[in-house]
This record gives sequence, structure tokens and C-alpha cells, in this order.
Amino acid sequence: MQDKVHTSYKQLEQRSKYTNMFLRWFLYLVLILFALYFIFPLYVMIVTSLKTMEEIRQGTLLTWPSGLNFDSWAVAWGGRGYGAGDTFLKPYFWNSIKMVVPAVFFSTFIGAMTGYVLTKWRFKGDQWVFLFLLFGCFIPFQAILLPMARTLGVLGISNSVIGLVLVHTVYGIPFTTLFFRNYYISVPTELVKAARIDGAGFFKIFFKILLPISAPIIVVTVIWQFTQIWNDFLFGSTFSFGEAAPIQVALNNMVLSSTSVKEYNVDMASAIIAGVPTLIVYVLAGKYFIRGLTSGAVKG
Amino acid sequence: MKTLKIDELSKNFGTTEVLRKINLEIDEGNFLVLLGPSGCGKSTLLNIIAGLETINEGNVYIDDYNVSKVEPKDRNIAMVFQSYALYPSMNVRENMIFGLKQAKVSKEKIEEQLQKVSKFLQVDALLERKPSQLSGGQRQRVAIGRALVREPRIFLFDEPLSNLDAKLRVEMRREIKKLHQQLKTTVVYVTHDQTEAMSLGTNIAIMNHGVIQQNDTPENIYNKPSNTFVADFIGSPSMNLIKGNLKQSSNQISFVANGSNFEIPINGYDFKEKSNLENKEVYFGIRPEHIFSKKSNEGDFEINLRADLSEYIGHEQIMTFDYENQEVLAKFPSTIKIELSKNTKLYFDLTQISLFDAKNEERI
Repeated sequence: MQDKVHTSYKQLEQRSKYTNMFLRWFLYLVLILFALYFIFPLYVMIVTSLKTMEEIRQGTLLTWPSGLNFDSWAVAWGGRGYGAGDTFLKPYFWNSIKMVVPAVFFSTFIGAMTGYVLTKWRFKGDQWVFLFLLFGCFIPFQAILLPMARTLGVLGISNSVIGLVLVHTVYGIPFTTLFFRNYYISVPTELVKAARIDGAGFFKIFFKILLPISAPIIVVTVIWQFTQIWNDFLFGSTFSFGEAAPIQVALNNMVLSSTSVKEYNVDMASAIIAGVPTLIVYVLAGKYFIRGLTSGAVKG
Repeated sequence: MKTLKIDELSKNFGTTEVLRKINLEIDEGNFLVLLGPSGCGKSTLLNIIAGLETINEGNVYIDDYNVSKVEPKDRNIAMVFQSYALYPSMNVRENMIFGLKQAKVSKEKIEEQLQKVSKFLQVDALLERKPSQLSGGQRQRVAIGRALVREPRIFLFDEPLSNLDAKLRVEMRREIKKLHQQLKTTVVYVTHDQTEAMSLGTNIAIMNHGVIQQNDTPENIYNKPSNTFVADFIGSPSMNLIKGNLKQSSNQISFVANGSNFEIPINGYDFKEKSNLENKEVYFGIRPEHIFSKKSNEGDFEINLRADLSEYIGHEQIMTFDYENQEVLAKFPSTIKIELSKNTKLYFDLTQISLFDAKNEERI
């Protein structure tokens, strides 16, 4: 009897071992397939951008390039050097930088401030203010195009980088406020009370106590805002044209306005250049994406 | 001159009344504990004293000066919080001197204060550490240090020991007591823990539903609770409240429990008013520790009750007896053996009883 029980346990053990092994390999297989699926377009883009037009015509999408040929990257970035009709990304890239840096800075800063007020300096009706701000997250971009165009016109900053900075800042505030409010609500209000007793005022508490522990949420907000603003096409194409356009609009113009042949290698290089800054932000900021910077400060 | 005086203070949040006509006075050097269940308004009261919360009605005076509309920093107070509320981005030194820096105290004076206090609290070796690198007890010490360096007129403590584990809590409790003995600064201390309140306070104000139920010395709170709420709140297990009626004949006053047929003579009880006692519905209050298994005083009243339940807790045991369908708890040394489901002789120490009017639940 004893023996029988013993063997059957052994069998069960064996069986569960095989099942686990099978499930594990199945899991790897699925993961690998998905990884390939996601990396494939990137592979095609990079490979194509390194080929000459001759190679593209002769080979297939997947063919390896004959060598590292960065000509199309140079063309995408700096143009061919002849005058009219030569569209290239460099000036628009700087437009985008000039737009994205202040817009991210102001929207993040204002969001932090609003989040701070909504959680630590509660006032009558503050939940209504927050609710209306939240509406901003759900209003479709298209709905505000006309009133915004009119506003920019009145302010005299339509078709300018400053106009785009304003649009993106205003449109970013609902999101940034939401982020900071949800972060600050978990910071004990006792910190603010202690600081008030110590004699610190509204701004001092914000800059000296709360902002220094906000690194994780600042990183999240900056990544979010940077991605949104850098990748925006709608606002850029509506509120700016020609010289003042941001890079996404220029990319579109470049790809669509090719007169003779489609230069796939240049198009691919341009698309990568337009996408690289968001990648850089992810890689750089991701490092600071560490949780628990406030740990211990608050509770045992 | 009263160090702190609270006069007819009321506070509501919207339509909810949090504090109702609070009156309190504290003399210099006293240790007042605000004790009550959660939601009784004790923390709100402390925040009002600190100036962190506005007042709807009434006034707060510190050293006879009306501070009702004075900013927290100008009230000459310091506060220690439950969550310590140390500034996470600053090290211990910066945490402790933050207030002095705001007050534009000279550098030499700040350094002097910091050295004095950090040595006193034995945190002088931790000055360069961040709060996250400190243990719970150390954090609490730094939080107290931050309050100390300001040399305030009044210390406010908001449940400062609630976040510590049981052992550390007892240690820190003793340290706070020592601190008060040495410094003799006036303290207002909020807690929901009766042991903390009893051991620390020179005065305890017990609060419930925004009203002070009793403000007295720990001894009086324990021996002469002013109503059934206080009687029930203080003591563990809490006071037995046996329902019954009073009987009064020429020179004899006695208590008869509901459903019972014998009288407990209570001639020795110190009534507030000795009239209209006949047939009065009352609660007969006796603490579990004032019920004995052996006769110890001449005046002890002998009674036979059935033992229903025994809870062994090491140094003592808590027995539950049945008194005409009312539960009576008693505390005995754990060495005494009492058989369950059998009638046992018990002795009530009648000098330690309290009587409450069953209608308004006030002490009579």
C-alpha cells in the first residue's frame, strides 16, 4: 500500500514536470513571434534607408544592404544643396525642438503647480475644478481647432512656433495635472503641515519639499508630454505652414511632394530621424524611472 | 496666566459638526492628553491649536494672547506628527534646522541649537543621513528634535507613536515622559491609546463626538468616570455596567440588579445628590480588577455567580460570569483555578464602584 502511494506521487511529479516544461517553451515561442512581429518594420526601415535606389529596385524588402551607405540620411537631414523645392528635415527638426522644449517645460511645471494646489491647498469647489480639467483629457483634438485658430489669430501668434507652444501647453495641462494630482495625493499632507509650522510659505513648500521628491512623476510626465508634442501632426499642420512647421509636418510634405521617383531610402531615413528624439527621451529618462524615491521619508 | 486656553470653540466641515463648544485650559508645564476613539475630533482640535485649521466659532489663546487668526509659524508652537513628516529630500541636519532657517535665526545660534538638541536626543551621529536611512525610532527622535530646536512654548504631538511596533512604542513612551520631566514644556498630546494617555498625561481630556466628556487627572478619570462613555472607554477590559434599580429606605441605600432578588448595600457611595434615589434606574459600575475571589477588605460584598468563560493571558486571566443574564467580567491572577459552569463566590470591592443614571448615562 505504502509503495503504491509512493509511485503514484512520483508519476504525478514527472507529469507536472513535463507539463511545466511544455508550457514554458510554448511561452517562449509566443514571445519570440511577437518580438519578431514588432521588430520587423524597424528592420525594414533601417535596411532600406541604407540601400541605394538601385539596390531597392533589384532586391526585396528583406535583402541585406551591400554596405553602410548613409547618403540617404544626409539627403534627408541636409538636402541635396540645390535651391527651390529641396525639402529636408534640419530646419524643421529645430522648429520641433524649439516647440517641444518650452511646451514640455511649461505644461509640466503648470501641471505640478495645479496638482499641488488641488491636493495640498484644498479650497471650496476644488473637486469641480479638477473635474473640468479632466474634461480636457477627453475632448477630441479636432473639436478645438477652430476656436484655437481664432485665439491664436487674436493673439497674433498664428503660424509661429510660439503659437504651437501655447497650444501644446494648454492642451497638456489636463494630463499633467492629472499625473501630479494623483502623485501628490499619496504624499502625506502632514509634510505640508510640518513645513507650515516651520514657517515655509506656498512656494517654498512647493520648491523645497514637494518638487525634490517628484522625480518619478516628472519623468513620467516629461516622457508623456514629449511624445505627444513631438509626434503631433494635427496641431502642427493646422496652425503652421512653410517655415514654421514642425518636423512631422515637414516629413509628410517631404514624402508626399516627391516629384519624380519615390525615394524610399530617403523617406525611411527621414522617418527614423523624426522618430529618434522620442526614443532618446525614453532611453535617457527611463533610467530615472525608479520607484520609491520617497520611500522611508514617509512611513516606516 | 494660562499657557493655553480654548474658549467656546466650534468647528464644522460643511454640515458635519466636528467640535462643539470646547473649553480647555492648560497651566504651564502640564501634559494634556486628548484621548478618544477615531473621528472624535481630537486631531482637528490639535490642528486648530497649531493654526493649521480654521475656526468657526470661539477662540484660542496662548499666554493670554488671542492667536485665533495668527499663522502657525508665529504661534510659538512645534508639532510632531504620526507619519513623522520628515522632509524626504533633506538630511537630518537640514530637517532639524529648516524652521530656524525660515525664521532667519543667525548661523551661530542655529549651529548651537542643533548641537545641543542632537546630543540630547542622541541623533548627533545621524546628522548627514536622509530620513529613508533611519529606523522608525530614529525618525521619531529626529521629528522630536525638529520640534525641540525651536524651543516652543507648547509641544503638540499627533499620535506620534502609532506607527511604531509595540516594543518600541513602550520605549519611546518612556522617553517622551522623561523628556517632559526634564524640559517641563507644556504639551498637548493626541492619542487613541489609553495606556499612553494614562502613563503620560498630567491631565486627560476624553473626547467623543466633538465634545469633551471629562477633563481630569488620570486618577480621577479611572476612579470617578463622569459618564458611561468614559467608564467604558478607560480600562481593559472595560468597567462592568450592570443594569438595575436603587432602593432607598430611611437610612439604607442599595442596588438591585435587573431580575435579581438580593440587594447590594451602597451606603458608602459618595452621591452627588442624595435625593430622589428610590427606584432610580441606574448602571452599577465595577471594574474587573475590583472583583476578587477572596475576601480582602471588611466591606467587600459577597456574591455567588456562575463562571461561563475563561481567557488566559499569561500573568492574569479574565473570567466572564453570569449575573442574572448580564455579563460580568473579572480579572484574577492566573494561578487561581475556577471551575466553569459552577457558581463561584466573588467579592465586590464596594469602595471602588461608580453609579450612573441609566437615562442620561451621567455619574450620580
